[in-house]
Amino acid sequence: MRYDLDLIASWIAPESRVLDLGCGQGELLEYLHQAKNVQGYGVEQDEAKAAEGIARGVSILQGDITREVMDYPDHFFDFVVLSQTLQQVAEPLGLIRQMLRVGRRAVVSFPNFAHWRGRCQMFFQGRAPVTPELPYEWNDTPNIRVITLVDFKRFCVRHSIPVIEAVAVKTEPSARTGLILNWLPNLRATNGIFLLGR
Amino acid sequence: MSEYAEHDLDAEGVGLVEKRLFTFAQDEPMPLESGAVIGPVTLAYETYGTLAPDGSNAVLVCHALTGDSHAAGVYSASDPKPGWWEVMIGPGKGIDTDQYFVICANVLGGCMGSTGPASIDPATGQPYGPDFPVLTIGDMVRAQKALLDHLGVKRLLAAVGGSMGGMQVLEWAARYPDRLVSAIALATAPRHSALQIAFHEVARQAIVADPDWNGGRYYSCCKPAHGLAVARMIGHITYLSDEAMRHKFGRGLQDRADFSFSFDADFQVESYLRYQGRKFVERFDANSFLYITRAADYFDLGSTHGGGSLTKAFSRGKVRFLVVSFSSDWLYPTYQSRELVQALKRAGKDVSFCEIEAHWGHDAFLLDSPRLAGLISGHLERTSRDMARGIL
Repeated sequence: MRYDLDLIASWIAPESRVLDLGCGQGELLEYLHQAKNVQGYGVEQDEAKAAEGIARGVSILQGDITREVMDYPDHFFDFVVLSQTLQQVAEPLGLIRQMLRVGRRAVVSFPNFAHWRGRCQMFFQGRAPVTPELPYEWNDTPNIRVITLVDFKRFCVRHSIPVIEAVAVKTEPSARTGLILNWLPNLRATNGIFLLGR
Repeated sequence: MSEYAEHDLDAEGVGLVEKRLFTFAQDEPMPLESGAVIGPVTLAYETYGTLAPDGSNAVLVCHALTGDSHAAGVYSASDPKPGWWEVMIGPGKGIDTDQYFVICANVLGGCMGSTGPASIDPATGQPYGPDFPVLTIGDMVRAQKALLDHLGVKRLLAAVGGSMGGMQVLEWAARYPDRLVSAIALATAPRHSALQIAFHEVARQAIVADPDWNGGRYYSCCKPAHGLAVARMIGHITYLSDEAMRHKFGRGLQDRADFSFSFDADFQVESYLRYQGRKFVERFDANSFLYITRAADYFDLGSTHGGGSLTKAFSRGKVRFLVVSFSSDWLYPTYQSRELVQALKRAGKDVSFCEIEAHWGHDAFLLDSPRLAGLISGHLERTSRDMARGIL
């Protein structure tokens, strides 16, 4: 499994109930079910991915994450995961509040826009960054939010969202290995992963 | 339901099957939701595959409006037509008969061997006709439960069905949540919309306006063939989609180079509808059509089981759901499935949902679709596995 997903999985308690928003084909949920006996539910917009996930035996709802999360009862989940999707969400605060309404804990991960590779492209070439983590040109990107680790921490403080754990990660997309960084994380990390509480 | 089932000689099917009959409510009649009673009641049914010794692999397949118990296989080597869901049921198929014991029964009120308006009323010795009591989907499901009791199936691994079959599946989940582990509802709705009732009403009016209908007492003479054929034609239009019709027929002419300037069937689509109407009259009873469409119209799960709340209707039990809709289905549009899914989520149920991109309208659930087969088999396998692990 991907390094960032592996880290997320390590935070999730066995036997818990997990909602994965933007779950793709449900790899994380499938792993959690097998390894930790987790009861997993996913939401995925793409029909083909949702269908493949269901066919693999994962519970998935095909639909829009911001709308689908609203129907669940309060405190229904132990963990709600939003992996590598926050940069595409129109109303991040509303979604994170919903995640913490339906779940006891929320896990949010996103690519770090302040990574040195992107900064260099901006500084030396004067171009909007295109990196392995953010591989889109300005005109075809689904990413409508520019998020850095520092920005997200400030966001949590401003909106009184308790950050229980935060890790800065250096990894390649779809790589199984990586590093957790403590020195100059906002410059060196490709991804940030946050565990939020109520 | 359409006439799609064709022999696929390359694919392995369940082979020779036999229609069986089960009769109950002989001594004490079965009370119906309307307050009327009926008895004895016979259900025609078929089974495929083998029931596991612990009874954990039974799958009930519920047919749509004009379907029957013949869901898969053939009655003889020379039988030209297999059951209506041959594409889904069989060894290695979406509902794998090597793994599961599949049961399909003709609904109460039907005319393919189950007790319906064309059956003999023991009180008079004549066909019931209009004296047949009005039924509900709940009554159909209670009759199916009697059959399962008879077959020794204590708990279903799954109930599966599309359209009116999907309504039966939902009714099962709300009425007998302890008797099934999962429910697979395809191209269906928790209650009929005004549009759905309207189509049924026009179809019923076509039947009762036929002079041969004779107030429902036509069994000794001529049946209301024209009215029933028109009812079927209306149905066929609603089962397809604009795109499917354009693709299938366009404005193509049938057996002629130019218009006849008459009301003959000049267009291919007219000829197709007339042919389907004629064929339907040969196999279906007009009164059954009236009673069954009425049952579907009355169906309102939230009102029957939840005091008006669909969420409450699903509050009991731990049934796991798979809900599927099709993008071009304008008879049972996706919003109805989403409404159902929303209620299931609010009730805290484990539910999967997928809207399959398909161009063939409502009938898509009957057609060969690797995607649909994959969804169903994945759901069944997981449910089966979790049941074996003791989670469900």
